[in-house]
Amino acid sequence: MSDVAIRVEGLGKKYRLGANAQPYQTLRESLTGAAAAPARAVSRVLGRSASANGNGHRPDFWALRDVGFEVKHGEVLGIIGRNGAGKSTLLKLLSQITEPTEGRISINGRVASLLEVGTGFHPELTGRENVFLNGAILGMSRADILRQFDEIVAFAEVEQFIDTPVKHYSSGMYLRLAFSVAAHLEPEILVVDEVLAVGDASFQKKCLNKMEDVGRQGRTVLFVSHSMPAITRLCRRSLLLRYGHVVVDGPSERVVDSYLRSEHGSTAVRTWAERDGAPGNDTVRLRAVRVRTMDGTIANAFDIRQPVGIDIEFEVLQPGRVLVPNIHAFNDDGICVFIASDHDPAWRRRPRPAGRFVSTAWIPGNFLAEGSLVTSVAVSTMDPVIVHFFERDVVAFQIVDKLDGDSARGDYAGPMPGAVRPLLQWTTEHYSNEGPRPLVAEELAF
Amino acid sequence: MAPDTSAVALPAQPERSAAEPAPTTFTTVIEPRLGWAPLRLGELWRYRELLYFLTWRDVKVRYKQTVLGAAWAVLQPLLTMVIFTVIFGHFAKIPSDGVPYPVFSYTALLPWTFFAYALGQASNSLVGNANLISKVYFPRLVIPIAASLAGLLDFAIAFVVLLGMLAFYRLAPTPAVLALPLFLLLALAAALAVGIWLSALNVQYRDVRYVVPFLTQVWLYATPVAYPSSLIHGPLHLVFALNPMSGVVEGFRWALLGKTALDFPALAISSSVTVLALVGGLFYFRRMEQQFADVV
Repeated sequence: MSDVAIRVEGLGKKYRLGANAQPYQTLRESLTGAAAAPARAVSRVLGRSASANGNGHRPDFWALRDVGFEVKHGEVLGIIGRNGAGKSTLLKLLSQITEPTEGRISINGRVASLLEVGTGFHPELTGRENVFLNGAILGMSRADILRQFDEIVAFAEVEQFIDTPVKHYSSGMYLRLAFSVAAHLEPEILVVDEVLAVGDASFQKKCLNKMEDVGRQGRTVLFVSHSMPAITRLCRRSLLLRYGHVVVDGPSERVVDSYLRSEHGSTAVRTWAERDGAPGNDTVRLRAVRVRTMDGTIANAFDIRQPVGIDIEFEVLQPGRVLVPNIHAFNDDGICVFIASDHDPAWRRRPRPAGRFVSTAWIPGNFLAEGSLVTSVAVSTMDPVIVHFFERDVVAFQIVDKLDGDSARGDYAGPMPGAVRPLLQWTTEHYSNEGPRPLVAEELAF
Repeated sequence: MAPDTSAVALPAQPERSAAEPAPTTFTTVIEPRLGWAPLRLGELWRYRELLYFLTWRDVKVRYKQTVLGAAWAVLQPLLTMVIFTVIFGHFAKIPSDGVPYPVFSYTALLPWTFFAYALGQASNSLVGNANLISKVYFPRLVIPIAASLAGLLDFAIAFVVLLGMLAFYRLAPTPAVLALPLFLLLALAAALAVGIWLSALNVQYRDVRYVVPFLTQVWLYATPVAYPSSLIHGPLHLVFALNPMSGVVEGFRWALLGKTALDFPALAISSSVTVLALVGGLFYFRRMEQQFADVV
């Protein structure tokens, strides 16, 4: 068997606009005009023919075009891109739900696709019945389901309700059962769409763990997600899709970086060219915020081991105030990881003259946990308390843990909770084989 | 921290293989289809468990939250039979091939009710299972077939009532009753033949939903359910036989009541129409199938 699991060549999918948006014919006709206008603009931007189908007023829309890549057996490939970039279309083509307009996909192995959990669940049927139905829909044989039934139910933690119609389930139970069935599929190639975007945080963690297991068992996984930490952790390689094309194909951290840079309009820098309208007041105005590396390069993604510099550039208009720049960093869960004030002794408790200042806060390497950090900045005076400006969510950046083995996670590749991930100083003492030395009272006293 | 995690911890290797052009045999190749597609009935067979589960689901769900439950399976043909008996048998005095009119009409209503149900369910099945179609791959034909098969349970229940009626009127079945499964199969084929066409059309044109009840009603009167086909004479008789259900209904009467001879030419015509429509429907369905997920 060759080591190629999936080969995609020149893949394209064309939609006739309006046709898929509105199934009802009469309603569709009236909506076509409105729906086609923005799409025509998109086609013009892309330089795609707007009237290849001849009738001119209903342009074609290529959801995917000229897409090509290969996935090796055992590889876990991430797919990212903005909404409408073609991710879902690509997954639908790979899972044979819809047919390509051009190109070819060759697949080597049994594919299971999970575009949602609980497809085909019927509210009137019991949990038990739905497990069998859903399993059959996902391509499991009756024997497979029977063999794994207890495990599925245990994983979902719904043992006592298994003979209750699922319409009486809480949404959490429903999702757990649905995911549990899917998690027990045993395909060679697994195609997963944003399944993790459902449920509460602990359930998402459970799903993510399961996904990792799947990857570790040497299965081939194609994984679409909006969660950049999930992508960088699960997938070594990723594709970035934009307007139906693969624009970057490479190591995940690089792809995530260029995604954040391009799709979010470079959240690593914010500048205010005009003084008027910039955050602030008559005393001080914010002019720029930048996220950068030690050597001054603006960056969106940082290796967990690298320090992150945050520049706050502000202009003092009225001299004579003591000013304290400060930053507030929030993680993916919206938790404030830290707040830090500028305590540079050069300007501490010293009134500032007029002019431009750049204060840089250095967040050390091996301190933040992986994930995205959104930063708010403020400049305040403490006596009396005046907040000159407090600009929320000005810049964002990503911390990436590459699993090279020398961050705080060591050789552990699983999910790691925690708002910070410091690389602590560890010491070890080794005693010979007499077993642990009993602690002496003096040693316990500080 | 099992040793196998080290495999994950290896540094990324982005190289795209250009070196080894090893010839690969792929198990699945997905390409655009041009024109008519092969039927791939073998694939349908591989998905027989899904067919079973979907049929089973439709059966299970059918009478949920109803008071009368499966009694509806009997009530529908039974009440129609009573109405027919009063109007056609009593007032209009329509002949009934020498059989008491209630048995005469019920024998025909039995396959008819199954046919009408299967046809209606199959027609709406793709639209009703849109969530499955847009999220999972499987041969789409499974859906209308499962929807039709679910009607067999109702048929079986209603059939028990017929046995009671036969006993009541002291009508003993002849050996011809052994042919009954064939006619049931023919009824299923007829329902699928039309249902597959309509289900595929329904995906694109929701008008089908409104056409089906009307179609079924007209069709009922075009079929010798309330009257015997012996009422129709001459060349019109063969035109009449073009209706797939006329063969089924007369076949049921022949197999169960044994009072009339089987009209073989008419049966041959109506079975041929069924088979042609079914094969055409299968090809049409396969052709339209590729658009279902995009349109439904």
